Amino acid sequence: MTKTCLIVDDSRTMRSFARIALAKLGFATEEAADGSLALEACRRSMPEVILLDWNMPNMNGIEFVKELRQTPGGGRPIVLFCTTENDVARIVEAIDSGADEYIMKPFDTDILASKLSLNGLI
Amino acid sequence: MRDEAFTVLSQLVRDRSGLVLARDKEYLLESRLTPVARKHNYMTVEELAQALRRPAAPDVERDVVEAMTTNESFFFRDASAFKVLRETIFPALIAARSAKRELRIWSAACSSGQEPYSIAMMLDENRARLAGWRVEILATDLSTEMIARCRAGVYSHFEVQRGLPAQLLAKHFAKSGDGWVISPELRKAVDFRPFNLLHEPAGFGAFDVILCRNVLIYFDVDDKAKILNRMARMLAKDGALLLGGAETVLGVTDKLVHQSGLIGVFMPTPPPAPRLATAS
Repeated sequence: MTKTCLIVDDSRTMRSFARIALAKLGFATEEAADGSLALEACRRSMPEVILLDWNMPNMNGIEFVKELRQTPGGGRPIVLFCTTENDVARIVEAIDSGADEYIMKPFDTDILASKLSLNGLI
Repeated sequence: MRDEAFTVLSQLVRDRSGLVLARDKEYLLESRLTPVARKHNYMTVEELAQALRRPAAPDVERDVVEAMTTNESFFFRDASAFKVLRETIFPALIAARSAKRELRIWSAACSSGQEPYSIAMMLDENRARLAGWRVEILATDLSTEMIARCRAGVYSHFEVQRGLPAQLLAKHFAKSGDGWVISPELRKAVDFRPFNLLHEPAGFGAFDVILCRNVLIYFDVDDKAKILNRMARMLAKDGALLLGGAETVLGVTDKLVHQSGLIGVFMPTPPPAPRLATAS
């Protein structure tokens, strides 16, 4: 069965790049432009994977993942942070907040595939 | 590329490294040797080949061989091999060596170092259990340039994101300019040395695990047999040799036997049981 990835990023360009890369890897995609819209999407239908930006208006990535993990069924999706923030402290903060993996921008399809594979998604 | 140029270059690579280049690998010669040609002020790879027909400066020959023998690598490459190491091979060896408290591993063609550093990170997970043990990881590669890179332990933004879980990146690396540098503890845990697999490994000693993955596919059968027989002799009798998932020793050597159910894992062939004398 096709797995669904929710792409959460305020950049339309970034969402478009991720959508194409994920389609190549066999994923169906949904999109949200910030954390609060992403939470609404998850409450409607919980995806298998979430590709999550850090800095976004309304609700940032850290606030979103903390809220998600408290939501019924919200422990299930594999959350991959995908951000320009790229120091050790930020990686630790993301993992401690409930993320499963961390991708530093810029990234390519190989990196995305590697991170999905590490979490048994491909 | 003219046949003559191809022959000069492939013969040099064959003689120095054992790597056999078929004619269909011409594109590989062109793409990898163009930067080498430019570095040494030749306009084309053909000109470089022409120069190598005469006794050439050793650094030109070395650069050609190293450019052709360097393979791309990434951390924890081939998840199934590392799963076997983590779940089967290391637990068995750690139990079997509990009295001796010594473990020796050889990464025999370590390229840019991700394989031995992945092993070091994996063994670090067993740090409490291995306290007081003598754990040695020897990592060798033909390329002196690669060995220098391995020792420095600096990897790019892209390299640290292929195969390496974020938790391990945060635990074992620090930012260094545009890249990431591996921790001094892990750098100290691996002994990097230049070594040509065609040569006799003098003074290497015996090993519990040897990794030689996706390398011997480039060697001809005779060289492959020599290398594998040597490795079989260097392995502890309960030690393991890891080859690439698609590699086999069948038809090459009978000194190693495939471990059923474990892809790419080989052990030294047990000696035949002594025959019982029959009463006449």
